[in-house]
Amino acid sequence: MIVITVNGKQEELPESTSITDLLIKYGVKPETVVVELNYEIPERQSWADIKLVNEDHLEIVKFIGGG
Amino acid sequence: MYSQELTDNNMLRYTRQLVLDGFGPEGQNKLKMAKVLIVGAGGLGSPASIYLAAAGVGTIGIVDYDTVSYSNLNRQIAYSTEDIGKYKTDCSEKQLTRLNPDIEIIKHSLKLSADNVREILVAYDVIIDATDNFPTRYLVSDTAYFLKKPVIEGAVAGYDGILMTIIPDKTPCYRCLYPTPPEDIALNSTEETGVLGMLPGIIGTMQALEAVKLIIGIGQTVSGRIITFDAISSSFRDISWKRRKDCPLCGKK
Repeated sequence: MIVITVNGKQEELPESTSITDLLIKYGVKPETVVVELNYEIPERQSWADIKLVNEDHLEIVKFIGGG
Repeated sequence: MYSQELTDNNMLRYTRQLVLDGFGPEGQNKLKMAKVLIVGAGGLGSPASIYLAAAGVGTIGIVDYDTVSYSNLNRQIAYSTEDIGKYKTDCSEKQLTRLNPDIEIIKHSLKLSADNVREILVAYDVIIDATDNFPTRYLVSDTAYFLKKPVIEGAVAGYDGILMTIIPDKTPCYRCLYPTPPEDIALNSTEETGVLGMLPGIIGTMQALEAVKLIIGIGQTVSGRIITFDAISSSFRDISWKRRKDCPLCGKK
Protein backbone atom coordinates (compact mmCIF):
# COMPACT_ATOMS: atom_id res chain seq x y z
CA MET A 1 0.00 0.00 0.00
CA ILE A 2 1.01 3.62 -0.45
CA VAL A 3 -0.07 6.75 1.44
CA ILE A 4 -0.64 9.93 -0.53
CA THR A 5 -2.33 13.26 0.11
CA VAL A 6 -5.47 13.92 -1.94
CA ASN A 7 -7.07 17.35 -1.60
CA GLY A 8 -5.22 17.86 1.67
CA LYS A 9 -6.29 14.52 3.20
CA GLN A 10 -4.22 11.35 3.62
CA GLU A 11 -5.38 8.37 1.60
CA GLU A 12 -4.16 4.78 1.57
CA LEU A 13 -4.11 3.22 -1.89
CA PRO A 14 -2.89 0.03 -3.54
CA GLU A 15 0.47 0.29 -5.25
CA SER A 16 0.54 1.22 -8.94
CA THR A 17 -2.72 3.17 -8.75
CA SER A 18 -2.82 5.63 -11.63
CA ILE A 19 -4.39 9.08 -11.55
CA THR A 20 -7.24 7.75 -13.68
CA ASP A 21 -7.72 4.77 -11.31
CA LEU A 22 -7.94 7.14 -8.37
CA LEU A 23 -10.52 9.36 -10.04
CA ILE A 24 -12.64 6.32 -10.89
CA LYS A 25 -12.33 5.05 -7.31
CA TYR A 26 -13.58 8.45 -6.11
CA GLY A 27 -16.46 8.38 -8.58
CA VAL A 28 -15.08 11.44 -10.38
CA LYS A 29 -15.54 11.63 -14.14
CA PRO A 30 -12.06 12.51 -15.45
CA GLU A 31 -13.46 14.93 -18.04
CA THR A 32 -15.03 17.08 -15.27
CA VAL A 33 -11.77 17.89 -13.43
CA VAL A 34 -8.18 19.08 -13.72
CA VAL A 35 -5.45 17.70 -11.45
CA GLU A 36 -2.19 18.88 -9.96
CA LEU A 37 0.44 16.31 -8.91
CA ASN A 38 3.24 17.52 -6.62
CA TYR A 39 2.59 21.11 -7.74
CA GLU A 40 3.04 20.21 -11.40
CA ILE A 41 0.17 19.89 -13.85
CA PRO A 42 0.36 16.65 -15.82
CA GLU A 43 -1.25 16.47 -19.25
CA ARG A 44 -4.70 14.90 -19.22
CA GLN A 45 -3.53 12.33 -21.78
CA SER A 46 -0.89 11.04 -19.35
CA TRP A 47 -3.20 10.46 -16.37
CA ALA A 48 -3.72 6.76 -17.10
CA ASP A 49 0.06 6.17 -17.25
CA ILE A 50 1.12 8.08 -14.14
CA LYS A 51 1.39 5.68 -11.20
CA LEU A 52 1.07 7.35 -7.83
CA VAL A 53 3.85 6.74 -5.31
CA ASN A 54 4.23 7.17 -1.55
CA GLU A 55 3.94 10.77 -0.32
CA ASP A 56 2.55 12.11 -3.59
CA HIS A 57 0.45 15.23 -3.24
CA LEU A 58 -2.56 15.33 -5.51
CA GLU A 59 -5.15 18.07 -5.92
CA ILE A 60 -8.33 17.52 -7.88
CA VAL A 61 -10.12 20.69 -9.02
CA LYS A 62 -13.51 20.53 -10.72
CA PHE A 63 -14.47 22.53 -13.77
CA ILE A 64 -16.60 25.28 -12.25
CA GLY A 65 -17.83 27.98 -14.60
CA GLY A 66 -21.32 29.13 -13.61
CA GLY A 67 -22.21 32.49 -12.23
CA MET B 1 -3.93 66.27 0.30
CA TYR B 2 -6.01 63.22 -0.45
CA SER B 3 -8.27 63.72 2.53
CA GLN B 4 -9.51 67.07 1.22
CA GLU B 5 -11.01 65.28 -1.74
CA LEU B 6 -13.37 63.43 0.53
CA THR B 7 -16.43 65.36 1.57
CA ASP B 8 -17.59 65.34 5.18
CA ASN B 9 -20.42 63.00 4.31
CA ASN B 10 -18.05 60.62 2.65
CA MET B 11 -15.68 60.74 5.61
CA LEU B 12 -18.68 59.44 7.55
CA ARG B 13 -19.79 57.00 4.85
CA TYR B 14 -16.38 55.34 4.72
CA THR B 15 -15.35 55.87 8.33
CA ARG B 16 -15.37 52.17 9.28
CA GLN B 17 -12.90 51.32 6.51
CA LEU B 18 -10.85 54.54 6.71
CA VAL B 19 -9.61 53.52 10.16
CA LEU B 20 -8.31 50.15 8.96
CA ASP B 21 -4.58 49.46 8.85
CA GLY B 22 -3.20 50.16 5.38
CA PHE B 23 -6.37 51.96 4.27
CA GLY B 24 -6.80 55.62 5.28
CA PRO B 25 -7.72 58.53 2.99
CA GLU B 26 -5.05 57.43 0.50
CA GLY B 27 -6.67 54.03 0.19
CA GLN B 28 -10.10 55.59 -0.14
CA ASN B 29 -8.85 57.91 -2.85
CA LYS B 30 -7.40 54.95 -4.74
CA LEU B 31 -10.85 53.37 -4.67
CA LYS B 32 -12.40 56.61 -5.87
CA MET B 33 -10.02 56.79 -8.83
CA ALA B 34 -10.38 53.07 -9.69
CA LYS B 35 -12.35 51.66 -12.59
CA VAL B 36 -13.63 48.13 -12.09
CA LEU B 37 -15.47 46.15 -14.76
CA ILE B 38 -17.91 43.46 -13.70
CA VAL B 39 -18.65 41.05 -16.53
CA GLY B 40 -22.00 39.43 -15.79
CA ALA B 41 -24.60 40.97 -13.48
CA GLY B 42 -25.95 37.70 -12.09
CA GLY B 43 -25.42 35.74 -8.88
CA LEU B 44 -21.75 36.74 -8.59
CA GLY B 45 -22.03 40.20 -10.13
CA SER B 46 -24.86 41.26 -7.82
CA PRO B 47 -22.99 41.08 -4.50
CA ALA B 48 -19.71 42.13 -6.13
CA SER B 49 -21.25 45.32 -7.54
CA ILE B 50 -23.13 46.17 -4.35
CA TYR B 51 -20.05 45.83 -2.14
CA LEU B 52 -17.83 47.76 -4.56
CA ALA B 53 -20.38 50.58 -4.73
CA ALA B 54 -20.68 50.61 -0.95
CA ALA B 55 -16.88 50.72 -0.58
CA GLY B 56 -16.69 53.75 -2.89
CA VAL B 57 -15.11 52.41 -6.07
CA GLY B 58 -15.41 55.49 -8.28
CA THR B 59 -16.30 53.85 -11.58
CA ILE B 60 -18.07 50.52 -11.94
CA GLY B 61 -18.73 49.11 -15.40
CA ILE B 62 -21.35 46.40 -15.77
CA VAL B 63 -21.64 44.10 -18.78
CA ASP B 64 -24.88 42.18 -19.22
CA TYR B 65 -27.34 41.89 -22.09
CA ASP B 66 -30.02 40.04 -20.14
CA THR B 67 -33.24 41.05 -18.41
CA VAL B 68 -34.34 40.05 -14.91
CA SER B 69 -36.47 36.92 -14.64
CA TYR B 70 -38.14 35.22 -11.65
CA SER B 71 -35.60 32.38 -11.66
CA ASN B 72 -32.81 34.92 -11.06
CA LEU B 73 -34.18 36.19 -7.78
CA ASN B 74 -33.00 33.41 -5.43
CA ARG B 75 -29.44 34.69 -5.83
CA GLN B 76 -29.23 37.91 -7.87
CA ILE B 77 -29.69 40.22 -4.91
CA ALA B 78 -29.30 43.46 -6.84
CA TYR B 79 -32.84 42.92 -8.19
CA SER B 80 -36.37 42.91 -6.85
CA THR B 81 -39.62 41.39 -8.01
CA GLU B 82 -40.61 44.72 -9.55
CA ASP B 83 -37.53 44.51 -11.84
CA ILE B 84 -38.82 41.48 -13.78
CA GLY B 85 -38.40 42.05 -17.51
CA LYS B 86 -36.09 45.05 -17.13
CA TYR B 87 -32.44 45.16 -18.20
CA LYS B 88 -30.07 44.06 -15.46
CA THR B 89 -27.72 46.92 -16.26
CA ASP B 90 -30.52 49.48 -15.77
CA CYS B 91 -31.67 47.88 -12.52
CA SER B 92 -28.08 47.64 -11.24
CA GLU B 93 -27.48 51.28 -12.04
CA LYS B 94 -30.60 52.29 -10.13
CA GLN B 95 -29.78 50.12 -7.11
CA LEU B 96 -26.09 51.08 -6.92
CA THR B 97 -26.71 54.80 -7.41
CA ARG B 98 -29.30 54.71 -4.65
CA LEU B 99 -26.73 53.09 -2.39
CA ASN B 100 -23.94 55.49 -3.33
CA PRO B 101 -24.76 58.55 -5.49
CA ASP B 102 -21.10 59.63 -5.70
CA ILE B 103 -19.97 56.84 -7.97
CA GLU B 104 -20.31 56.45 -11.72
CA ILE B 105 -21.97 53.38 -13.22
CA ILE B 106 -21.18 52.60 -16.85
CA LYS B 107 -23.66 50.27 -18.50
CA HIS B 108 -22.63 47.89 -21.26
CA SER B 109 -25.98 46.34 -22.20
CA LEU B 110 -24.60 43.99 -24.81
CA LYS B 111 -23.35 40.49 -25.38
CA LEU B 112 -19.59 40.34 -25.04
CA SER B 113 -17.95 39.03 -28.23
CA ALA B 114 -14.56 38.88 -29.92
CA ASP B 115 -15.56 42.06 -31.78
CA ASN B 116 -16.24 44.25 -28.74
CA VAL B 117 -14.37 42.71 -25.80
CA ARG B 118 -11.12 44.58 -26.26
CA GLU B 119 -12.61 48.07 -26.49
CA ILE B 120 -14.67 47.46 -23.35
CA LEU B 121 -11.95 45.91 -21.16
CA VAL B 122 -9.26 48.43 -22.12
CA ALA B 123 -10.94 51.27 -20.20
CA TYR B 124 -10.77 49.51 -16.81
CA ASP B 125 -8.09 48.82 -14.18
CA VAL B 126 -9.47 45.57 -12.77
CA ILE B 127 -11.79 43.00 -14.36
CA ILE B 128 -14.16 40.84 -12.32
CA ASP B 129 -15.20 37.79 -14.30
CA ALA B 130 -18.69 36.97 -13.04
CA THR B 131 -20.07 35.35 -16.16
CA ASP B 132 -22.12 32.17 -16.29
CA ASN B 133 -20.35 30.24 -19.05
CA PHE B 134 -16.95 28.97 -20.14
CA PRO B 135 -16.74 30.57 -23.62
CA THR B 136 -17.13 34.06 -22.13
CA ARG B 137 -14.63 33.26 -19.38
CA TYR B 138 -11.98 32.35 -21.97
CA LEU B 139 -12.86 35.46 -23.97
CA VAL B 140 -12.50 37.71 -20.91
CA SER B 141 -9.38 36.10 -19.46
CA ASP B 142 -7.56 35.79 -22.80
CA THR B 143 -8.28 39.43 -23.69
CA ALA B 144 -7.28 40.67 -20.24
CA TYR B 145 -4.04 38.71 -20.55
CA PHE B 146 -3.14 40.50 -23.78
CA LEU B 147 -4.17 43.88 -22.30
CA LYS B 148 -2.13 43.04 -19.13
CA LYS B 149 -5.12 43.68 -16.87
CA PRO B 150 -5.72 41.75 -13.64
CA VAL B 151 -8.75 39.44 -13.70
CA ILE B 152 -10.56 38.11 -10.66
CA GLU B 153 -12.11 34.80 -11.66
CA GLY B 154 -14.99 33.53 -9.57
CA ALA B 155 -17.41 30.77 -10.47
CA VAL B 156 -20.04 28.50 -8.96
CA ALA B 157 -21.78 25.26 -9.90
CA GLY B 158 -24.01 23.18 -7.68
CA TYR B 159 -22.53 23.49 -4.18
CA ASP B 160 -19.02 24.29 -5.44
CA GLY B 161 -17.33 27.65 -5.77
CA ILE B 162 -13.90 28.68 -7.03
CA LEU B 163 -11.85 31.85 -6.88
CA MET B 164 -8.51 32.98 -8.31
CA THR B 165 -6.89 36.33 -9.08
CA ILE B 166 -4.81 36.47 -12.23
CA ILE B 167 -1.99 38.98 -12.68
CA PRO B 168 -0.73 38.60 -16.27
CA ASP B 169 2.81 37.13 -16.52
CA LYS B 170 3.14 37.01 -12.73
CA THR B 171 0.62 34.38 -11.69
CA PRO B 172 -0.93 31.36 -13.37
CA CYS B 173 -3.54 32.39 -15.93
CA TYR B 174 -6.99 30.91 -16.48
CA ARG B 175 -5.59 28.52 -19.09
CA CYS B 176 -2.91 27.32 -16.64
CA LEU B 177 -5.87 26.03 -14.62
CA TYR B 178 -8.17 25.03 -17.48
CA PRO B 179 -6.11 24.86 -20.74
CA THR B 180 -9.20 24.01 -22.78
CA PRO B 181 -12.92 24.15 -22.04
CA PRO B 182 -14.55 21.07 -20.51
CA GLU B 183 -15.88 18.58 -23.05
CA ASP B 184 -19.43 19.17 -21.89
CA ILE B 185 -19.72 22.92 -22.06
CA ALA B 186 -23.21 22.96 -20.53
CA LEU B 187 -21.80 21.05 -17.56
CA ASN B 188 -21.69 24.16 -15.47
CA SER B 189 -24.66 26.33 -16.22
CA THR B 190 -26.58 26.85 -12.99
CA GLU B 191 -29.65 25.90 -15.01
CA GLU B 192 -28.17 22.39 -15.11
CA THR B 193 -26.44 22.21 -11.74
CA GLY B 194 -28.77 24.33 -9.63
CA VAL B 195 -27.42 26.84 -7.14
CA LEU B 196 -28.26 28.12 -3.69
CA GLY B 197 -28.04 31.93 -3.57
CA MET B 198 -25.59 32.15 -0.69
CA LEU B 199 -22.85 30.39 -2.68
CA PRO B 200 -22.45 33.05 -5.42
CA GLY B 201 -23.04 35.51 -2.56
CA ILE B 202 -19.88 34.23 -0.87
CA ILE B 203 -17.76 33.94 -4.02
CA GLY B 204 -18.96 37.26 -5.53
CA THR B 205 -18.26 39.02 -2.24
CA MET B 206 -14.76 37.54 -2.20
CA GLN B 207 -14.25 38.81 -5.76
CA ALA B 208 -15.12 42.32 -4.56
CA LEU B 209 -12.70 41.91 -1.65
CA GLU B 210 -9.95 40.86 -4.05
CA ALA B 211 -10.63 43.94 -6.20
CA VAL B 212 -10.38 46.30 -3.22
CA LYS B 213 -7.12 44.70 -2.06
CA LEU B 214 -5.63 44.85 -5.56
CA ILE B 215 -6.57 48.53 -5.92
CA ILE B 216 -5.29 49.60 -2.52
CA GLY B 217 -2.33 47.24 -2.53
CA ILE B 218 -2.88 45.58 0.83
CA GLY B 219 -2.57 41.99 1.99
CA GLN B 220 -2.32 38.87 -0.13
CA THR B 221 -4.68 38.25 -3.00
CA VAL B 222 -5.63 34.80 -4.23
CA SER B 223 -2.87 34.80 -6.82
CA GLY B 224 -0.55 31.87 -7.46
CA ARG B 225 -3.19 29.81 -5.74
CA ILE B 226 -6.81 28.83 -6.05
CA ILE B 227 -9.47 28.85 -3.39
CA THR B 228 -12.33 26.41 -3.68
CA PHE B 229 -15.37 26.42 -1.44
CA ASP B 230 -17.59 23.43 -0.77
CA ALA B 231 -20.92 24.73 0.48
CA ILE B 232 -22.08 21.28 1.63
CA SER B 233 -19.20 20.69 4.02
CA SER B 234 -18.67 24.44 4.58
CA SER B 235 -14.97 24.07 3.86
CA PHE B 236 -12.42 26.06 1.91
CA ARG B 237 -9.40 24.59 0.16
CA ASP B 238 -6.40 26.76 -0.60
CA ILE B 239 -4.44 25.17 -3.44
CA SER B 240 -1.05 26.39 -4.63
CA TRP B 241 -1.12 26.41 -8.40
CA LYS B 242 1.86 26.92 -10.69
CA ARG B 243 2.10 28.41 -14.12
CA ARG B 244 1.86 25.72 -16.75
CA LYS B 245 5.12 25.64 -18.73
CA ASP B 246 3.22 24.54 -21.81
CA CYS B 247 0.25 26.84 -21.18
CA PRO B 248 -1.42 27.64 -24.51
CA LEU B 249 -1.76 31.30 -23.44
CA CYS B 250 1.07 32.39 -21.12
CA GLY B 251 3.53 29.47 -21.46
CA LYS B 252 6.92 29.67 -23.12
CA LYS B 253 6.66 28.15 -26.56
